[in-house]
Amino acid sequence: MIGSPAEGGAGGGAAARTVGAPLLEVRNLKKYFPVEGGILRRKVGEVKAVDDVSFTVREGETLGLVGESGCGKTTVGRTILRLEEPTAGQALFRSERLADEGLAGEGTMVDLTTLDRERLKRVRREVQMIFQDPNSSLNPRMTVQQILTEPFLIHGVGGSKEEIEERVVTLMGQVGLRPEQRARYPHQFSAGQRQRIGIARALALNPKLVIADEPVSALDVSIQGQVLNLLEDLQVELGLTYVFIAHDLSVVEHISDWVAVMYLGRLVELARGEDLYRNPRHPYTEALLSAVQVPDPDVQRKRIILEGGVPSPANPPSGCRFHTRCSYAPQADRMPRCNTEVPELHRAGGEQWVACHFAADLDLRGVEVPATG
Amino acid sequence: MASDRSTDSAAATVPATSGRHAPLLEIRDLKTWFHTERGTVRAVDGVDLAVGRNRTLGLVGESGCGKTVTALSIMGLVPPATTAISGNLLFRRKDGSEVDLAQIDPHSRTYRRIRGGEIAMIFQEPMTSLNPVYTIGNQIREAIQLHQEKPAGEARERAVEMLRQVGIADPEQRSVEYPHQLSGGMRQRAMIAMALSCNPSLLVADEPTTALDVTIQAQILELMQRLQGEFGISIIMITHDLGVVVGMADEVAVMYLGRVVEHGPMRPVFKAPRHPYTQGLLRSIPVLGAQVRQRLQPIEGLVPDPRATPPGCRFADRCPQVMERCADEPPLFEPAPSHLSRCWLSEAGG
Ligand SMILES: Nc1ncnc2c1ncn2[C@@H]1O[C@H](COP(=O)(O)OP(=O)(O)OP(=O)(O)O)[C@@H](O)[C@H]1O
Ligand SMILES: Nc1ncnc2c1ncn2[C@@H]1O[C@H](COP(=O)(O)OP(=O)(O)OP(=O)(O)O)[C@@H](O)[C@H]1O
Ligand code: SF4
Ligand SMILES: [Mg+2]
Ligand SMILES: [Mg+2]
Repeated sequence: MIGSPAEGGAGGGAAARTVGAPLLEVRNLKKYFPVEGGILRRKVGEVKAVDDVSFTVREGETLGLVGESGCGKTTVGRTILRLEEPTAGQALFRSERLADEGLAGEGTMVDLTTLDRERLKRVRREVQMIFQDPNSSLNPRMTVQQILTEPFLIHGVGGSKEEIEERVVTLMGQVGLRPEQRARYPHQFSAGQRQRIGIARALALNPKLVIADEPVSALDVSIQGQVLNLLEDLQVELGLTYVFIAHDLSVVEHISDWVAVMYLGRLVELARGEDLYRNPRHPYTEALLSAVQVPDPDVQRKRIILEGGVPSPANPPSGCRFHTRCSYAPQADRMPRCNTEVPELHRAGGEQWVACHFAADLDLRGVEVPATG
Repeated sequence: MASDRSTDSAAATVPATSGRHAPLLEIRDLKTWFHTERGTVRAVDGVDLAVGRNRTLGLVGESGCGKTVTALSIMGLVPPATTAISGNLLFRRKDGSEVDLAQIDPHSRTYRRIRGGEIAMIFQEPMTSLNPVYTIGNQIREAIQLHQEKPAGEARERAVEMLRQVGIADPEQRSVEYPHQLSGGMRQRAMIAMALSCNPSLLVADEPTTALDVTIQAQILELMQRLQGEFGISIIMITHDLGVVVGMADEVAVMYLGRVVEHGPMRPVFKAPRHPYTQGLLRSIPVLGAQVRQRLQPIEGLVPDPRATPPGCRFADRCPQVMERCADEPPLFEPAPSHLSRCWLSEAGG
């Protein structure tokens, strides 16, 4: 293979951000959940929620992870953080903290999937997660002050009580909350403000990498815009690296440098955002993009209507998992390959990786550039 | 300001207005208020709208602006105990007569006939209108028999036919399955089949695709457009997704805090929005294909508490163009033909 996605590409990125070396390298990650059945609750099958996923995220950049409900996005995030134990694969993370303490072992990267509890706890300060639903992730019986103090107490850092309090005030300011309101409870805030509390908590310990799982999906568009701006500002200010999970392709395009598209547990395409949106190389990416409803009456787009829904991940189609819905597969010379042979993610020129046997033959349609207004 | 809803009576039927272009439904100064312990919520507060035959009206706005309450008011489904409704809901019935739905008892025979038979509603979450303990086919059959005198066998056939119409493969088999055996997209199709089974003239769709993936959303929107063409129905399409409105609607009304702030044909509203709120909504969202990381310019601040709506223009405290005059509430101006905007800036045609 000439160049694997794990090697990434040259960093470009917005001027104000410094983009550096790989911070996270996910290699062949797998997470299978057992399916139990019968009275004995024996394992009768497996849901291959994540099945051989590899990607690299460079320091200061944002990787967007998109795909339809149930394709495994959340599981990728949770497995990297070891909220789920991976079935196989590696998640290599460049931990300054462990390196400083001489605990990183050889090399510059530590494998999160094999770290022991003690070291994992230290690394957790550097890798944080923001959740879609702040309601279920914020303890309703704790004040904002207590919620934001907790990470310092758990990790026994932050200095004296006064120092921590000062840090809480700073954090609230950073995410646009009024520090006077720190004695309030989550339910006394709006949905957008609660999401800000979740962001502040994730930032409390100065993480390097933030895995944001649908952080704006539940918000009204005006609040969604405010939170997206906030995440972008914080990235520049604090040098953060994001894995941004979402199903909204417009939002993902806006915030991401790199975009990975998942289908039934596998990556089907990985590329720089502008390449993926302009020139998709996978039929699924093309269909997803064509399905987006754009709020501009001048953008007339040919819609590719995919048949049916996503097949069950407990019983995924053979060969290319997309072949049952792919409009390019039914041709006689293609189907025998599409429904038997699993396409590997391979380089399709430039900095674009695709998992389709016929990517080189297909002429796919991307998103038009809207007239600037 | 509780309205005295008379019971079912001929008095509520106003004479049909003449003219071919009389709308199917005309909403005049609709107010639906909830009296709660912590104050009155003016959920819908003086809304005027009209839906033409075979047309789609898009109703957009952020959470809590009153979209669903408007829909429930039309359907006569607002919880009664604490509610006050006033205004007119003039609906042209299939027999040509016109009835003011705001004047008749929601439990009356007339309303029950209209609800489901002439105006049908579909919801964001299909499980709110599908009963988990009955098969899909039985539910549709029952809906048909509620409104049409049909023997069971014929109604059952019609149910299967409707499932076929909405693109459900193997409709005979599906009709004997229960809602939980269907995927989200299929449940939404089944709900549409049920809604259309009695040939309504108006379909009120409240966020029908919000819970669905984009590829399934595209299927459902295409289905709704096809069925509209085939059955000639009018649609009120409620959504917070501006893209969905562009794809579906002929006309758009933008709501904010219980009021319509902008209203007009779809194209001008999106290409040349007049109200700062509409302009702000469009600037809040990233546009697909924009390529460069353009900073979003979202509307600042939060929607005020609906129990304490600000005097004057309700958008004033978030409006980037607020002026002294905005302390008085602006009426709906018509800055361009059929294009209405509730903003002082629109007074001089701006
Ligand atoms: N704890 C679990 N046990 C069994 N199956 C699981 C578990 N968690 C997730 N799954 C399954 O794994 C698959 C991937 O789920 P995941 O939540 O990662 O998807 P997702 O892409 O995040 O979807 P969504 O967009 O709906 O959030 C789904 O089929 C899901 O049902
Ligand atoms: N039964 C009720 N009692 C009291 N207040 C209510 C009731 N139903 C709705 N409201 C209030 O009326 C206002 C309008 O609600 P509505 O459900 O119509 O909003 P919406 O525009 O449909 O929002 P969303 O996009 O979140 O669905 C809100 O402030 C809501 O809290
Ligand atoms: S491998 Fe075949 S089925 Fe899969 S996307 Fe390519 S053409 Fe379609
Ligand atoms: Mg998820
Ligand atoms: Mg609603």
